[in-house]
Amino acid sequence: MRKKGKIVVGVVVAIVIVLLLVGPLSIWRWVPMLRKPAVAYKVGAIFAVTGPAAWLGTPERNTAKMIEQEVNKAGGINGHPLEIIIEDTVGDATRTVTAAKKLITKDEVLAIVGPSRSGTTMAVIPIVEEAKVPLVSCAAAESIVVPVKPWVFKTPQKDSDAAVKIYETMRERGISKTAIITATSGFGDQGRKQLKKLAPELEIEIVADETYGPDDTDMTAQLTKIKASEAQAVVNWSIVPGQVIVAKNMRQLGMKIPLFQSHGFGNIKYAQTAGEAGEGIIFPCGRLLAVDTLSDDHPQKEVLAKYKKEYEAKYEEDVSTFGGHAWDGLQLVIAALREVGPDREKIRDYLENTKNFVGTGGIFNFSPEDHSGLTKDAFEMLTVKNGKFVVLE
Amino acid sequence: MNLGDQLLQYLFTGITIGAIYGMVALGFNIIYSATGIINLAQGEFVMLGGMMMVYLTAIIKLPMVVSFFLSILIVTMIGAAFERAAIHPLKSPSVLTLIIITVAASILFKGGAMFAWGKHTFSLPPFSGEKPISVLGATILPQTLWILGIMGATVALLIFFFGFTLTGKAMRACAANRTAASLVGINVRTMVLLSFALSAGIGATAGIIITPIALMNYDRGTMLAVKGFSVAVLGGLGSNVGAVVAGFIIGIMESLGAGFISSGYKDAIALVVLLLVLFIRPSGLLGSRERAEFKKF
Amino acid sequence: MGKKNILSLLILAGVILALPLGLGNSYYLNVLVFVGIYSLITIGLSLLMGYTGQISLGHAAFFGLGAYTSGVLSTKFGVSPWLALLAAIFVTGGIAFLIGAPALKLKGHYLAMATLAFGYIVFIVFNQASSLTSGPSGFGQIPRFRLGNFLLRSDVHYYYLVWTLVIVVLLVSLNIIHSRVGRALRSIHEGELTANIMGVNTAKYKIQVFVLSAVYASLAGSLYAHFITFLNPTPFGFHFSIVLVAMVAVGGMASVWGAMIGAALLTLLPEYLRAFQDYDILIYGSILLVIMMFLPQGLFAGILGLIKKER
Repeated sequence: MRKKGKIVVGVVVAIVIVLLLVGPLSIWRWVPMLRKPAVAYKVGAIFAVTGPAAWLGTPERNTAKMIEQEVNKAGGINGHPLEIIIEDTVGDATRTVTAAKKLITKDEVLAIVGPSRSGTTMAVIPIVEEAKVPLVSCAAAESIVVPVKPWVFKTPQKDSDAAVKIYETMRERGISKTAIITATSGFGDQGRKQLKKLAPELEIEIVADETYGPDDTDMTAQLTKIKASEAQAVVNWSIVPGQVIVAKNMRQLGMKIPLFQSHGFGNIKYAQTAGEAGEGIIFPCGRLLAVDTLSDDHPQKEVLAKYKKEYEAKYEEDVSTFGGHAWDGLQLVIAALREVGPDREKIRDYLENTKNFVGTGGIFNFSPEDHSGLTKDAFEMLTVKNGKFVVLE
Repeated sequence: MNLGDQLLQYLFTGITIGAIYGMVALGFNIIYSATGIINLAQGEFVMLGGMMMVYLTAIIKLPMVVSFFLSILIVTMIGAAFERAAIHPLKSPSVLTLIIITVAASILFKGGAMFAWGKHTFSLPPFSGEKPISVLGATILPQTLWILGIMGATVALLIFFFGFTLTGKAMRACAANRTAASLVGINVRTMVLLSFALSAGIGATAGIIITPIALMNYDRGTMLAVKGFSVAVLGGLGSNVGAVVAGFIIGIMESLGAGFISSGYKDAIALVVLLLVLFIRPSGLLGSRERAEFKKF
Repeated sequence: MGKKNILSLLILAGVILALPLGLGNSYYLNVLVFVGIYSLITIGLSLLMGYTGQISLGHAAFFGLGAYTSGVLSTKFGVSPWLALLAAIFVTGGIAFLIGAPALKLKGHYLAMATLAFGYIVFIVFNQASSLTSGPSGFGQIPRFRLGNFLLRSDVHYYYLVWTLVIVVLLVSLNIIHSRVGRALRSIHEGELTANIMGVNTAKYKIQVFVLSAVYASLAGSLYAHFITFLNPTPFGFHFSIVLVAMVAVGGMASVWGAMIGAALLTLLPEYLRAFQDYDILIYGSILLVIMMFLPQGLFAGILGLIKKER
């Protein structure tokens, strides 16, 4: 028993030592000369770096680190170093709320970029509204900014705009009856709501409405039902792996009708994973993924090309629109800091009046009534051809 | 697509997914029979199998057949290592302790996979092409036939192992009565190790054969473990035949439920049936009543 | 109840009262509010798992039922939060009784599976019954508690509310444990057959403890809902049920104090691990593994035991 006791004591001591070095009780706090200079501009970032939404949070986190390095190499913001404090939500609302509280009250950040997802964003809205801290979310749901909340902004294009673009494209191709198949996740559910709401306005009839769990591995049952309906097209609203599995299942069932995806398809990896089943998928996307086919005088070309080049060089992986949302959010905040300095209220006012800001998602025009800043023209309809993303003709 | 064709399609889907659940359940059963432990990390073995295969074929670029067996071997060794490191040193642990340990292990496996291979979703090329085969009015993928075939082979091998080899019979003896088994000279500790290794291997096989259809990512293990556990319980813990049968039953029920009742509630349908079976016949469909009573909690 | 326990309760109350004065900012209080909320659940769970020896892999469902009932009633039907909390307790308790009666006849892993299935079904219902629960997207704007004209919104207020309730629940639970009922419960754990022969109505006691633990969880759920003011199904799934079981196992199963320690440890740990970014999941799993391997009776009992041995 002695030996076991020693091991346990050893482990406990080790844990205590580690805890003394990092975290809230860390000794660094008590040694002033070891603390960082207090003159830095602190911006908080809340991303789902691990967990079920890691495909969102990781490129966002990478982008944030890249921007921080770049800004500080160029001398900071008006001479002040930029410190982006990144918190991981693990895709969990409770942890997101705690992360927000920590950033606001302990780190005293000037603004927060994120969270990555709509559900977690809704959870932190009451907190930032009460604490009066500007929040620039990287989540898609329209309900984040409709109705407008004074301290809350978002950078991704609205899911409602995505649905509108999809329906408009359908009408152009003579499609009037569609099936929708969505995941029972926050993102999928929001998409489903928008699809159902906008269908009558754009004269599209939804003849089948199926759902599946975000972790499901097989959707042939739902697609079989759709195949038996009169649907002339299928709209899928989900993220990986669902969006790829739906494509593959459709191919398996020999379904020839076109498959539309949401803007959650915005990473070339998904097309690659889908393989042949990915050919012909149509989806709305920010122009980032088709930047090579953009004409040189397009206002977004320079920003997009630069971001793509730097991100891919630094992280050796394909750029995605999700990282772009973080880029937009952070650059907006940085621009504000440059203009008005470290004042939360002034930053908020500046954001609200930003016009013609060229971002990866589109060209932003904020106003007191519009905290999303983008219209449906921020979207380009892309399709998969020979395993690559090209603009739809 | 008429009703008959739809029904057939649902059946095919149900069989495909049911075979996978069945294999995961077999993994649960093997460990449970020999040790009384419910290994909630079983799903991670499946995930590791799929991910390892992707790694070996896509990054190291080994040929498919070599990668297949190598992946199974590697995950089998991981299972054995897990047993040695986390289970073997324990002295008469309570069942709850064991459950938590396997949960902790599954967290570690998941974390390890995340670091090793990243968070993306991966696919494998199907073993013999992607062209769907038309059967009457429905379609079936060639990969499904591979899944059924390999599962059949696995079950056959297990029947042979447990029924006709000395080691297999020794494991069954452990399952029946550990004290008696050790009294007749069976090294119980080795049997435990073997059961973990075997389970890991079967899990890995399941992971490899399902990835071409269902893809694989580091997070997939948990859901598979929950489904596999339900199937194992439905079939009767410890009954291998029960696991296979129950796998198909749950797979088909999910499929029919999604098709005819509601795609959103399909998981609930299978679970409600499971609960009803448990309330009416607590030892599962094919489980032994006595075994259920005597297995210590 | 025992002098030791009364003393411990008083010390706890004192620490709780004093802590906010020392801790400057509301981030720490925020975390401690969650520790308190989770403690409510784990105390109940430790009574169930530790004393009567019944396992539940679906307790997050009761937490969720409390949260959703409270949230939906107060948001969609304009019921006052306090009344909603009470209603939630009845609803959750009722459901616990309905599911407990047949389920608790099962043993061991079959019971585990039944509770797991139940938990999962509830989770699916939260996701699917969108007209009531707003489905996966969830709903917000849940009203906060009011005391007369005083709105309980800041972390400090909530901290006191939650921890007062924790102390009340501790009192109740300790009383149960040290009464005839408690001894009956323990006899069930030691050997149900024997307890039955001795005249203990095991079925009745098992169900009662199950319902009680569900009621505690419902209370915690309501507190959670009116604190975060936004609900979606994600926190109430299988993953959290496992975290709860881990909290009880790590802290100490047959001890309400251990349950609190477990809740505290597994809530504070991820906060500390923020500094490690992606590595936190590995560290979390490792700590869990090490504790279960070397101190299987939980930290509370384990460390006490070690101290006694070294003497």
